[in-house]
Amino acid sequence: MAIKVVKPGLSTTVQDLGRPGYYHIGIPISGGMDRFALCAANWLVGNKEDAAVLEATFLGPELEFTSDAMVAVTGAELPPKVDGQPRATWTTFKVKKGQTLAFDFLKAGARAYIAISGGVDVPVVLGSRSTYTLGALGGYQGRKLAAGDELPLGPGGDSAENRTVRAPLRRAAASPAELRMMPGLYWHRITEQAGQLFFGDTWKVAPEADRIGYRFRGGTSLDFVPREPPFGAGSDPSNIVDACYPYGSIQVPGGTEPIILHRDAVSGGGYFMIGTVISADMDLIGQLQPNATARFTPVTMEQALAARHDREKLLNEVRESL
Amino acid sequence: MNSRYSFGGDEHIFVECDEAMSLEAFFKSLSTTKAVRSAQIRGVTEICPANASFQIKFDPDIIKPDDLLRELKAIEVAAGGGHSSLKTRIIEVPVLYNDPWTHETLMRFRDRHQAPDMTDVEYTAKINHLDGVDGFVKAHSGAPWFVSMVGFVAGLPFLYQMVERQRQIQSPKYLRPRTDTPKLTVGHGGCFGAIYSVRGAGGYQMFGITPMPIYDPNQEIKYLKDFMCLFNPGDIVKWRPIDRAEYDQTVADVEAGKFTPRISNVTFSLDEFHADIDGTNAKLTGALYGH
Repeated sequence: MAIKVVKPGLSTTVQDLGRPGYYHIGIPISGGMDRFALCAANWLVGNKEDAAVLEATFLGPELEFTSDAMVAVTGAELPPKVDGQPRATWTTFKVKKGQTLAFDFLKAGARAYIAISGGVDVPVVLGSRSTYTLGALGGYQGRKLAAGDELPLGPGGDSAENRTVRAPLRRAAASPAELRMMPGLYWHRITEQAGQLFFGDTWKVAPEADRIGYRFRGGTSLDFVPREPPFGAGSDPSNIVDACYPYGSIQVPGGTEPIILHRDAVSGGGYFMIGTVISADMDLIGQLQPNATARFTPVTMEQALAARHDREKLLNEVRESL
Repeated sequence: MNSRYSFGGDEHIFVECDEAMSLEAFFKSLSTTKAVRSAQIRGVTEICPANASFQIKFDPDIIKPDDLLRELKAIEVAAGGGHSSLKTRIIEVPVLYNDPWTHETLMRFRDRHQAPDMTDVEYTAKINHLDGVDGFVKAHSGAPWFVSMVGFVAGLPFLYQMVERQRQIQSPKYLRPRTDTPKLTVGHGGCFGAIYSVRGAGGYQMFGITPMPIYDPNQEIKYLKDFMCLFNPGDIVKWRPIDRAEYDQTVADVEAGKFTPRISNVTFSLDEFHADIDGTNAKLTGALYGH
């Protein structure tokens, strides 16, 4: 039971729910950037939510199946085709032995999650099958897929054709995307007016947007509160003594272009951060294409936890509906 | 030293022990995170010490953020009782200074450097008033360094020099970061040293290269079979300058599974260190060579 990679797509990696517990030595959690879509894809095909799937970025792969399997594609609108015949997203379909799964051009979103019954059975490394490409760790030989790769599959569970996640239960970012964040960390380093401008501006996703982090452009540069540089920090006002970076933290090197760190985050460094995107909105970032627009909204811890609860509730509804 | 607490979204608590780097701030980060680890708080998923700060990641569905905050503050107070001694390891790291690989790389990125007509070592020697390349190597490798943080990328140690502040080597990062740094480059930015565990982008000055791998995701290298990263926060590093012949031999020995890093167990006391810096350092490095 395996699938053969005929064409790899632009950047397709094996991902599951990630590898917690090693951030203190610089190994990030990795895993799907849109975990909501990843869980839904797995449940659709009868897998456990933490089974490994393929995360395809912008451009889908072409995969040849060597055995029958049930497949679901969620997340980005990347229309699947089986031997050239179109299939629906967020809906299970069968791929028979010898058939090829390919994709049309991306219609919306950025990352599609391709779940296959049984899950992609690459070796578990430090508790996860996720790929961390910067450290050449996990996934398929620690890298994105290449033509000729053969991905082993695990034993499949129960599923049926045409199971679907109803449209109201699918989550997608608005345009501009609203990214809720809790100001904090080194927020005190910028002036009050700079903070207001940051929330007032509409930002654009820069081409430098990947699993490590998303860079944004088009807003106003931040004004800093003057200071004597602390020993070891460096002379730029955006420098700090190298510290840990939370997932979702927003650093602004030089005060110009905010970067939100994501699942393959660098675990620390010497740039100040003005706050952290809340856990409920991390999924949305992974679906933003370059040039997509976004705004940042400040929220309190109470609001962040309420949003977290709402996301969990929606995810539970998906599970119960299947 | 008053720590500053801040929530990093709904899943992290970020604690800055001090704005400025010092051994005291580092010890506070290390001792508090050790205490948090042994407290085994339900819902805590990551405990990350850093140079002068630390970070705790948690699951707010299991522990309420305010409850964890209260608990951490209590632990900080309890751990603050002057446990400034540390059982740790000293690890020798052989370095080929001014090696051909970092030299080739630094020449490619001269337009991003403060002093395009000098090498990184020459520039750093000059601004630190050291006597040329030889004076630099002596200062750099003379005293041991603390691993004050592991991160940025997998297994990369940040290193802090165990000498008085006025003797510490300082050098700015490149004006614009490079897109390339050879694997195992010995680098320096601000007051921190580093060993690049993987090839990649970087902004630190490049001084040399070590033949001793420090990260092996495939766990094929003999001394990285138990765990893929060599360094932990709190380890002590002693650089040893080597020549090209020893560099080549070590690379071959690592490849053949014949190389073992020189490592000794030591106890470090912050009070002893402050009372006699050179004497304490001599004792620590002596443990490496059986003195």
